[in-house]
Amino acid sequence: MTRQMTGAKMLVQALKDQGVDTVFGYPGGAVLPIYDEIFQQNDIQHVLVRHEQAAVHAAEGYARSTGKVGVALVTSGPGATNAVTGLTDALMDSIPIIVLSGQVPTFMIGSDAFQEADTVGITRPCTKHNWLVKDTAKLSSVIHQAFHVASSGRPGPVLVDIPKDVQFASAEYTPKPKAPVGHYQPQVKGDMETITALVEAIETAEKPVFYTGGGVINSGPAASQLLRELVEATGIPITSTLMGLGAYPASGKNWLGMLGMHGLYEANMAMHGCDLLINIGARFDDRITGRLDAFSPNSKKAHIDIDPSSINKVIKTDLPIVGDVGHVLEDLLKVWKARGRKVNREGLAKWWRRIEEWQAVKCLTYKTSETVIKPQYALQRLEALTKGMDRYITTEVGQHQMWAAQFLGFEDPHRWMTSGGLGTMGYGFPSSIGVQMAHPESLVINVAGEASWLMNMQEMGTAVQYRLPVKQFILNNERLGMVRQWQQLLHGERYSSSWSEALPDFVKLAEAFGAKGIICKDPADLDDAIMEMLNHEGPVIFDCLVEKHENCFPMIPSGEPHNKMLLGDAKATNAIAGKGAVLV
Amino acid sequence: MPPLHIKKGSNKHSAYNLRPTFSDLQEAHTITVLVENEPGVLARVIGLFSGRGYNIDSLTVAEVDHEGHLSRITIVTTGTPQVIEQIKAQLGRIVSVREVHDLTAEGSSVERELALMKVTGSGEKRVEALRLADIFRANVVDSTLESFIFQLTGAPDKIDAFADLMRPLGLVQVARTGVAALARGHAGS
Repeated sequence: MTRQMTGAKMLVQALKDQGVDTVFGYPGGAVLPIYDEIFQQNDIQHVLVRHEQAAVHAAEGYARSTGKVGVALVTSGPGATNAVTGLTDALMDSIPIIVLSGQVPTFMIGSDAFQEADTVGITRPCTKHNWLVKDTAKLSSVIHQAFHVASSGRPGPVLVDIPKDVQFASAEYTPKPKAPVGHYQPQVKGDMETITALVEAIETAEKPVFYTGGGVINSGPAASQLLRELVEATGIPITSTLMGLGAYPASGKNWLGMLGMHGLYEANMAMHGCDLLINIGARFDDRITGRLDAFSPNSKKAHIDIDPSSINKVIKTDLPIVGDVGHVLEDLLKVWKARGRKVNREGLAKWWRRIEEWQAVKCLTYKTSETVIKPQYALQRLEALTKGMDRYITTEVGQHQMWAAQFLGFEDPHRWMTSGGLGTMGYGFPSSIGVQMAHPESLVINVAGEASWLMNMQEMGTAVQYRLPVKQFILNNERLGMVRQWQQLLHGERYSSSWSEALPDFVKLAEAFGAKGIICKDPADLDDAIMEMLNHEGPVIFDCLVEKHENCFPMIPSGEPHNKMLLGDAKATNAIAGKGAVLV
Repeated sequence: MPPLHIKKGSNKHSAYNLRPTFSDLQEAHTITVLVENEPGVLARVIGLFSGRGYNIDSLTVAEVDHEGHLSRITIVTTGTPQVIEQIKAQLGRIVSVREVHDLTAEGSSVERELALMKVTGSGEKRVEALRLADIFRANVVDSTLESFIFQLTGAPDKIDAFADLMRPLGLVQVARTGVAALARGHAGS
C-alpha cells in the first residue's frame, strides 16, 4: 500500500505506528504544520507545557515510568535550545526519548533566519544520535529509525530536526515494518566464557555484593525479576545506585539500601570490604566510587553493561561482560543452576554477620524534634501514609532528593524518577506531569526543595489545565540546602547566595493557578496535612516548612573512600579538605 | 608491575597484545574508522575527541565507497592504554560508525602521508635542496627561479626528516595530508 502524504501528516502517522499516545510540546512558527495535523486527529494527545525544558522532562518522566519512548515536540531556535537541558539529562541517565524540533525551511538554513539555530550542531553532544531531515521522502523512515536508536542498546535521547518546507511537501509514507533499521544493532548476549567465570567467582566468594544500577531498570521488567531471583537464590547482599532503586525491592531481605556519597553506611562498607563486586548495569559514577585508588580495594570486579565504553572507563574490571542485563542474568542463572546452585555458605554467613554490625550503626538516625518538622521525619510520614499505594515518586535535585532516596522504599522498577547523572534542578515537577499522564489513576508525588521547584513552577498551568492531580511535596528550608551544606563543610560557613529570599506564599501561588495549597510547619499537624494532600483530587502544592539547617548524612566527603563516611554533625565543619576540595 | 589486561572473548586483539590497561605510558595509535557518509559525521567524531579531552595528532577523511556511502577516517592519537581503549569504545558507540580498528594494536599496517613543501633560495642552497629531494624521491611540482614546491609521500617520520633537512635550505611553507593507513594482509574489513 502506497500512501502519499505531507511531511507533517507523515510524522503524526509514524508516531501512531510506533504506539505513541502522548506528546509533550510547545508550538511555534516552524512546527505549525505538525500542530495542524495533531489538531485533526484523536489518537495522540498533545500536552501543552509552559516551557520546552518541561516538555523534555515530562517526556522523560513518561519514559521512566512506562519503559516506553517519551516524545517531545518543540519549535526551531529557542524551542530547540530550551530542550538542551532535558536532552543532556536523558543522555546522562540513559532515558529513551525523542525530541522533534521544527527548523526554518531548507532554503533558509544558514541565513540567520528568524528563530534559526543550528539545532543538530547544538544537540550533537547531548543526544545519542540526531538527524536533520531535508527530504520528505526520508522523514518516515528516519522517525522509525529514531525510535529504534532511542530504545535499543543503551537507551538515550535522539532528536529529529524537521524544516518547515519538509513538513509541507508530500511524499510516500514508509510504514514501520518496511523502514530500514540501519546498522545500529548493539550486542545483547554476553560472552558465555566470562559469564561462567563469574559463576565460578560467585560459588567461592566469601564476601560478595551486588551493585546494581539503572541498567537493570532499562533492561525491562524481566531483568528486575531475574535479579530478584538471583539475589534470593544466592543470598548475596545487594545495594543499588540512585538510578537503580526499585529493581530489587526495598523490603527484600538482602537489601542494603542505596550506596554512594549519601548512601547507607552498611552499603558503602560492604562495597569497601567485599571480595567480589558484581556491577550489574551501573557505571562506577564518581558519586558511587569516591576516591578511585581506594575504591573497593580487595575485590574482584565483574561488570555487566550493554555499553562497552562503560567497561574499564574508571575502574579496572576483572570480568567484563558486554550485554543486556536481562540476557546476561538469564544465562548467568542457567549456568549457576546447572553447576549445582553453589555458594560459599560459611563465608556468606560470616559476611552477613559483619554487615549486620554495620546495619546496627543505624546511619540514618537523626535528631528528632517536637517543635520543628525535620525533613527526614516528613519523608518518613509520607512513606508511612502512602505505603502500599499505587505510587510514583519524582524528585528535584538536592538534599531532599537524597533524603527521599534514603527514607522512601521502592518495591518495583519504574516507580522512582530522579535526575541522577546531570543533577537537573527543575526536573521533578515537569517529570511528575509526564508520569501522571502515563498513569492517570496513580498517585504521583514530586518530592521537591523550594529552590528546585521554583525553576519550573510555570508548569502549575499545565497541571491545572490537564487536571493532573500531581502532589508537589516541597520540603521548604528557605535554603539551597545542598549548596549550604557544602559551604558549611568546605567554605568556612560563608553562605554565599545559598538562601531563598523573597519566596512566594506557596498556598496563594497554588490558589492563583486554581490549585490547592497546604502549608504545614508543626510536626503534630503533619499527618493530617499529608492526608489532606492525598485526599484532594486535583494538583496540590504542599509547603512543608522544615528545619532550615539540617545536613544530609551519612556522607562520603569528596576525595575520601567509602570507609571514611561522615555519620552525623559531629565533625562536619571543614570536613572536605585537600584534594577533595576541587571535586564537586 | 601492574596486572596484565587480557580481554577474554575478544578477537580484535593479537594474543601477544598483553599490554596493561591501566598504565601511565603514553602511546601513539593509528585508529581507522569506517563511517556512514552523512552530514555531520566528521563533527561527531571530532566532537567526541574534543568533548572528552582526547588528542588528535593527525586526521584524514574521505569517501571510500560511493555506492555504500562510506567514508574512512584515519586518526592518529596519543594516550595511555586505558584512554586508547576508551577512544575505541566511544567511537564504536557513535550510531553512524560502522567499524573501528586499532591498526597499531591489530598487527602490522601501512601508513602513508603526502606533503607539499615550498623551499625558496638560490645558488648552493637551491642545488642542495634538489639533491636531497632526489634522495627522498620527492618530485618537483612547481618551480620558479627562486623557489620549488616538492611533493613527497611516505611514512610521517620520513616527511618529518625531509622537512628538517629543508628548513636550513629555505623551507617557507608545508602542507601535509595527515596519515592514511590500512592493515597489511588480505583481510577486507
